[in-house]
Amino acid sequence: MAHAATHDHHDDHHGAPKNFFVRWCMSTNHKDIGTLYLVFSLLMFFIGGSFAMVIRAELFKPGLQLVQPYFFNEMTTMHALVMIFGAVMPAFVGLGNWMIPLMIGAPDMALPRMNNLSFWILPFAFSLLLSTLFLPGGGPAGGWTMYPPLSLQGDSVAYLVFAVHLMGISSIMGAINIIATILNMRAPGMDLLKMPVFVWSWLITAFLLIAVMPVLAGAVTMLLTDKYFGTSFFNAAGGGDPVLFQHIFWFFGHPEVYIMILPAFGLVSEIIPTFARKPIFGYKAMVFAIASIAFLSFIVWAHHMFAVGLPLGGEIFFMYATMLIAVPTGVKVFNWVSTMWGGSMTFETPMLFAIAFVILFTIGGFSGLMLALAPADFQYHDTYFVVAHFHYVLVTGAIFAIIAGTYYWLPKWTGHMYSETWGKIHFWNSVIWVNVLFFPQHFLGLAGMPRRIPDYNVAFANFNMISSIGGFLFGASQLIFLGVIVHAVWFSKKKAPDRVWEGAKGLEWTLPSPAPYHTFDVPPVIHDDELAHGHVED
Amino acid sequence: MTSGGIKPGSIKRAVAASALFALTMFGGVASANPQPGQLNMTRGASTWSPEAYFLNNVALGVCVVIGILVFGAMFIAMFRFRKSRGAVAEKWSHNTTLEIVWTTIPVIILIVLAYLATGGLRTFADTTGSEMTVKVTGYQWKWRYDYVEYKGKAIDKVGFMSKLDRESDETRQLHSGLDPNAVKVDGYNTYLINVDKPLVVPVGTKIRFVITAGDVIHSWWVPALGWKMDAIPGIVNAAWTNIVEPGVYRGQCAELCGQDHGFMPIVVQALPKAEFDKWLADQQAEANKPQQPAQPAAPAAASTAAAPATAQATDAPASQGHQG
Repeated sequence: MAHAATHDHHDDHHGAPKNFFVRWCMSTNHKDIGTLYLVFSLLMFFIGGSFAMVIRAELFKPGLQLVQPYFFNEMTTMHALVMIFGAVMPAFVGLGNWMIPLMIGAPDMALPRMNNLSFWILPFAFSLLLSTLFLPGGGPAGGWTMYPPLSLQGDSVAYLVFAVHLMGISSIMGAINIIATILNMRAPGMDLLKMPVFVWSWLITAFLLIAVMPVLAGAVTMLLTDKYFGTSFFNAAGGGDPVLFQHIFWFFGHPEVYIMILPAFGLVSEIIPTFARKPIFGYKAMVFAIASIAFLSFIVWAHHMFAVGLPLGGEIFFMYATMLIAVPTGVKVFNWVSTMWGGSMTFETPMLFAIAFVILFTIGGFSGLMLALAPADFQYHDTYFVVAHFHYVLVTGAIFAIIAGTYYWLPKWTGHMYSETWGKIHFWNSVIWVNVLFFPQHFLGLAGMPRRIPDYNVAFANFNMISSIGGFLFGASQLIFLGVIVHAVWFSKKKAPDRVWEGAKGLEWTLPSPAPYHTFDVPPVIHDDELAHGHVED
Repeated sequence: MTSGGIKPGSIKRAVAASALFALTMFGGVASANPQPGQLNMTRGASTWSPEAYFLNNVALGVCVVIGILVFGAMFIAMFRFRKSRGAVAEKWSHNTTLEIVWTTIPVIILIVLAYLATGGLRTFADTTGSEMTVKVTGYQWKWRYDYVEYKGKAIDKVGFMSKLDRESDETRQLHSGLDPNAVKVDGYNTYLINVDKPLVVPVGTKIRFVITAGDVIHSWWVPALGWKMDAIPGIVNAAWTNIVEPGVYRGQCAELCGQDHGFMPIVVQALPKAEFDKWLADQQAEANKPQQPAQPAAPAAASTAAAPATAQATDAPASQGHQG
């Protein structure tokens, strides 16, 4: 990537800065900032993954062998916070930063300096958060959901709250930037309904972020004042209500989980048509489905709270609203399958991950439908069934889509082809071990194993051991991913063509590989047949 | 799923396969307490618990059938429409009829599921007509049970703490060197799911639980009863059960409540009514006995393990070994 500028003659007069500090720390270039986001995300993915390894190692067999229960709780809490706010969200922002300007024909993001700031907040936020593990009071151990009164018993509340504030500020700035870019900087002729689905998914996600991150900031601020300033928002003894926090938190939390999956829908909607060599089925329906899911995400929050003692009317409302989400989600899955139907498919690594996404995300959707049924949820709630559910939608959903997107655009970013063989080895190891890891957790939950426990009855021993073995091997498989990326960036000899994939459509493939440091200084002339959705009829 | 791909024969095969799969999933899980290798939810042992179980099975069945159809279509597509087999991409990108069909059919399925689920919710929410009230209070990291009312009569001073049994507690310490497999009651492994003093209740009685907590949020969950209910400081939640079979039913705290969240189990011992009446009468007599003296009256009884003595009464009579 460092050589990007030298390959392109029209770029000579303003290439990448030679000084490392100036280039990476003071960057206003959407590509460099996108790279920073992606590298940061990968680092957090391995840190969060190492916490998961501690969890699975302790759960390998009954009895406590490795860590004290309190440290175990720190691990589950930090694993979630790091993976959600450090790995998945920044990865999508990185992909959006890199690709949105290229896909809509813009020269850069609309607010480049704010772009730099929104990235550089993150390393500080996570230093603050991760430092708590080395402080005398220990890290947060009350779960990533931070339910009071438990979360207020920790000594790291202030660190946690300020870290969350920083992450929220970063996300809001990133979202503003993406909305401003998409709404103002599209090349002439790039109508909203000609935009790639990935751009659409990010536009909608950005509105979700702006709507809910301030809600989270409010909730954690109330935790802070309850802990240190004598307020009683959530303290029953002072006239407050612990359940109030849960309502506020999940009003943020449910849109948050869609923030982590809608851009994944967008990625998969780019990749499947490319490798099926056939336009996406029902473009408008896909866009509308994403918008519907985003809207519904605001009225389903209390399905996380079926066991807090909601009134009957509340249970019924949130159950029905939650079940409704199955309809637009089903439309998306059916449309992906229909895109494949009648295509001319090849199965390069991005396509393999995208197909695995469709199947395994759908399995996560199925368990989601089961969880939506409140009377059954009285049993599922807070068990390993839930753990299995959200790891299917987040690991084999969001993370598989991120990996697919990385393989899909890596040649465009680096100018080199990655190793297809090692990509496929990475894929098959990931897809097998992730199922060994998470599928048995459905059984554990149904049999009655609560989540967030460091030790368990021996009736749960067999499936926990299987799950742990899957976990170690899935974790190890991701080192292959790291290897493939390092190879593609620095060692691969195979040059990538401009249009890396035979069936790829869209503006990004009209650019050289690697993409020059500055692109679309002059807005491109849009030819509808170059776009994936140039002739939208349905 | 899509045009022309699925013939009637393959649908029949798919349904047969899913039925077979469903049968293996559900078969052989009759016990109310966790069993090694258990694949599905327990049917439970209360009048309401089959609601959750039935809904779980129906929803799982629906998901398995839809999954076979969708994934089947995907796999057919992946084999039929490969470039390596010379497939040439078609140009179409929408089909209004199909889109209406696959929006409408899920809606119908959801309406059926919603109807079934609403029935279960309504019966669960109705705590009226109970013959007994037990107050459950969660603490870090034990439960307190107070018998409030039975058959219309207030009960005074019958209440006790219930915490992890000593054998589990010793075994679960880090580097204890003790084997969790060795923690057994009547041949059933009770590691981390046994307590020093279980909640004793009668069968065939609608029991109302009022549930709260003293410090942080806990959640009272016995899978055999079919539900869990959060125990929240400052809030009193209500739930009910009516246990059908006498037995010992085990559960655990289900809401993260701090370092020993995994070590505050729940054990409910359901006795036949007559036995329960006797047990309760003994507890009341014990509680209302003058505090100080009483020593001369009791020694003979106290020396035998069978005596229902005080709050330390041990793991009550009989059925500790029944696993439901």
